Amino acid sequence: MAINKVVADVQEACQGIQSGMTLMLGGFGLCGIPENSIARLVELGVTDLTCISNNAGVDDFGLGLLLQGKQIKKMISSYVGENDEFERQMLSGELDVDLIPQGSLAERCRAGGAGIPAFFTPAGYGTEVGEGKEVRVFNGKPHILESALTADFAIVKAWKGDAAGNLVFQATARNFNPMMAMAGKITIAEVEELVPLGELDPNQIHTPGIFVQRIFQGKDYQKRIEQKTVRPKA
Amino acid sequence: MLDKIGIAKRIAQELQNGYYVNLGIGIPTLVANYVPDNIEVEFQSENGVLGMGPFPFDGEENADLINAGKQTITAMPGAAFFDSATSFAMIRGQHVQLTVLGAMEVSQNGDIANWKIPGRMVKGMGGAMDLVASAENIIVAMMHTNKAGESKLLTDCSLPLTGVACVKKIVTNLATLEIHGGAFHLVERAPGVSVDEIVNATAGKLIVPPLVPEMQL
Repeated sequence: MAINKVVADVQEACQGIQSGMTLMLGGFGLCGIPENSIARLVELGVTDLTCISNNAGVDDFGLGLLLQGKQIKKMISSYVGENDEFERQMLSGELDVDLIPQGSLAERCRAGGAGIPAFFTPAGYGTEVGEGKEVRVFNGKPHILESALTADFAIVKAWKGDAAGNLVFQATARNFNPMMAMAGKITIAEVEELVPLGELDPNQIHTPGIFVQRIFQGKDYQKRIEQKTVRPKA
Repeated sequence: MLDKIGIAKRIAQELQNGYYVNLGIGIPTLVANYVPDNIEVEFQSENGVLGMGPFPFDGEENADLINAGKQTITAMPGAAFFDSATSFAMIRGQHVQLTVLGAMEVSQNGDIANWKIPGRMVKGMGGAMDLVASAENIIVAMMHTNKAGESKLLTDCSLPLTGVACVKKIVTNLATLEIHGGAFHLVERAPGVSVDEIVNATAGKLIVPPLVPEMQL
């Protein structure tokens, strides 16, 4: 029988998250973000958080909600351009920000979950990102040493999941979620559909349940679109 | 002089059959609209899609299907979705043949700056540093001068760098240029633009051959 990871609700899923912790949060922009858990973090009022997330949400949604309440002490991200409050807090020095190349961010999370302490990448060599980092030349090309990232809690959002913690993502809502699931000491998965064991095809699992400690049926997803771009029907 | 669409049309001429192509935000995104009829290319978006299609019809947009600019998109038949680590494996592993991106400054050495204006604007590099560090074939799409009328083609970049000695070709509203040997080389003039205009708008070292043809669009 599978190990049962199901918890009743977001309250139970987020038990143990405390001020000062490091959290990973999946998503790209507002696509594939753990909406229920972010709302719970606002309710809990935990502060001094270090948040590892590709983006910082928008002013009134996603991680922007935590920024509004000044709950975040440090952000580790690759792109934060859609959030005025973020930019204000960063330029004023209230918020500590570590901007890192997107591919390095993804690989640092993957490495953290895969037991690889560090790796060399060409991204960022010769830039501010490479300052103070070990440089080695491979095949005639300089690379910088980047270290793995882990978190006290990784919080991810999937389309479907089961009690074993297996996850399937929808389209580009996958993004950072699988690597972050690997890199959390405790990984919380919120899903749009919690399905019975056996319903997910084992051939089609994106994140195997071993990486997930708590899973719950999410609700009331807004799934906001940042840039609605369409063409007229012919 | 070219507008943004003209720049995109000129860059589309660089596409070759079988290319996997990553298009940055802004002018580069427009290139997808002008793929020549006789070739097949696939567009990669670093947030996790290969085989990106056009914008959806109104009412058919899907919040879970976006490009790196967070715009709603569609997926072509044969498309694939993947996670961010796999996406950058495609990029760093040089499986993507052509990268087109915008820039705030480019130097005559091929350095590029496009992610930060100290004290004023810090949006972050997103995937740009991974892309420029790894791609063999990088084309910069940008205006030749900034809003203040100052050249964006410089001896050295003044802004924090995104990558070092990586840009090989630039298409601007005024010209097509190549970079090698520590200098910009003028390849083509935009329609109606004189060589003198290009020389005056280029701050870095510019090599002008005896004959500079006009772009054919």
